[in-house]
Amino acid sequence: MRFRTYTARGIVLRQFNLGEADRILSILTPGQGKVRAIAKSVRRPKSKLRGSLDLTNLIDFSAAYGRDLDVVNEAQIRDDHPRVRSDLSRLSKAIYACEIADSFAQEQVPSGGQFDLMVNVLDALGDAPDPWPVVRWFETRMLDVSGFKPELESCVECFERVEPGSHLLDLGAGGILCPQCRSQGVGHKVQVSEGAMRALRHLQRTVKWRDLAPLRNIQARSEVEFIQTRYIRSVIERDLRSADFMRLAAEAKPSATGSI
Amino acid sequence: MATHMAAPIANLVERLSKLPGIGPKTAQRLAFYLVRGADEDARALADAILAVKERVITCSRCFNITESDPCDICADSERDQSTVCVVEEALDVMALERTRSYHGLYHVLHGAVSPMNGVGPDDLRIQPLLKRLQNEPIREVILATNPNLEGDATAMYIHQRIESDDVSVTRPARGLPVGSDIEYTDESTLGRAIEGRQSF
Repeated sequence: MRFRTYTARGIVLRQFNLGEADRILSILTPGQGKVRAIAKSVRRPKSKLRGSLDLTNLIDFSAAYGRDLDVVNEAQIRDDHPRVRSDLSRLSKAIYACEIADSFAQEQVPSGGQFDLMVNVLDALGDAPDPWPVVRWFETRMLDVSGFKPELESCVECFERVEPGSHLLDLGAGGILCPQCRSQGVGHKVQVSEGAMRALRHLQRTVKWRDLAPLRNIQARSEVEFIQTRYIRSVIERDLRSADFMRLAAEAKPSATGSI
Repeated sequence: MATHMAAPIANLVERLSKLPGIGPKTAQRLAFYLVRGADEDARALADAILAVKERVITCSRCFNITESDPCDICADSERDQSTVCVVEEALDVMALERTRSYHGLYHVLHGAVSPMNGVGPDDLRIQPLLKRLQNEPIREVILATNPNLEGDATAMYIHQRIESDDVSVTRPARGLPVGSDIEYTDESTLGRAIEGRQSF
């Protein structure tokens, strides 16, 4: 027998207002994947759910199964990431991570490593001295746990191992092309310099964000960011809307970041 | 499917059901109430709706909804001209005015930054606010955006864009709502209430 209600741990990935006081939420859970739920009257001042269901919050919640949307009954905050929320640059990266997770997670499918990865990245964005590599690591890991990891070690056409160097990345085929197969491939191709390739391979091999090596080369940084964004866009087949705000926030005056 | 409803009533029901918070059933009830009601009541309602569309404008200084430009608040020389309270919506101005505790000026952004929904800083009235800070004798900016993640992001973005060191930037205090129970207060609000406690 299926119970009418359930309790779960989740991360609020997305929300938008509905009607006078309701809000529709997208919550990433470990066991049920992405849950779409409605929080009724949550925008009213006396709602007991009001402070708990904000974006990026790690919550324990109970909900009732619904036909289209589940209905959230109770929620308790486990972590609202105060260090992330008090810094615009880190906050914009957390929003970007939520949008990526919302794009990759499936409804009614256990989220596998996606939930743990989101927990990790939100912690990391609060702790890491430089949040930029954390975001690139998150993108790489999310592609990996979702089954879209690009092949960077062997050619996607002839399967021969590819030596370090500058290569073409075939976005459609999901990997690099060796010098002999440059003219082949199925999708749009992006040139990857030797420095960026080294950084991308390092990101793929790094399981824990604390093991990330710093990437100080500005050109390689912007190249890695460009390649990752293009690759993710080709996988999810749309632009990530929060990417622009993340770049805008990164230009923040150092003295101005921090709580008001 | 045939509705067996006279065309003008069906049209009215359709129009009413487009209003926020009004579903098809409520729209039908309202429509039939208007059909049964006095002619002058219906005409007064129609006139009121037309007047809103024809006479209401946004203030060119603070972007509040008003009938005159500048709005009554901006035109009131008795108000504190050195303080501006930045809010997301015109409804927030009404809420703050009801408190009778604030006597400065306002600036209405008409929204908050919502990156995932495609609303960026350029979609809000942030640039005119920065211009006001250059041209008016403002000494304090109260960033009264909603106390949620998007409101916080908007406030932090504006804070970062305010270049003058002569302007103090503040945010309203957060804490327990009057008449609430501590037991049912979320951890985030309760934590901030404790941090911001005042001597008795």
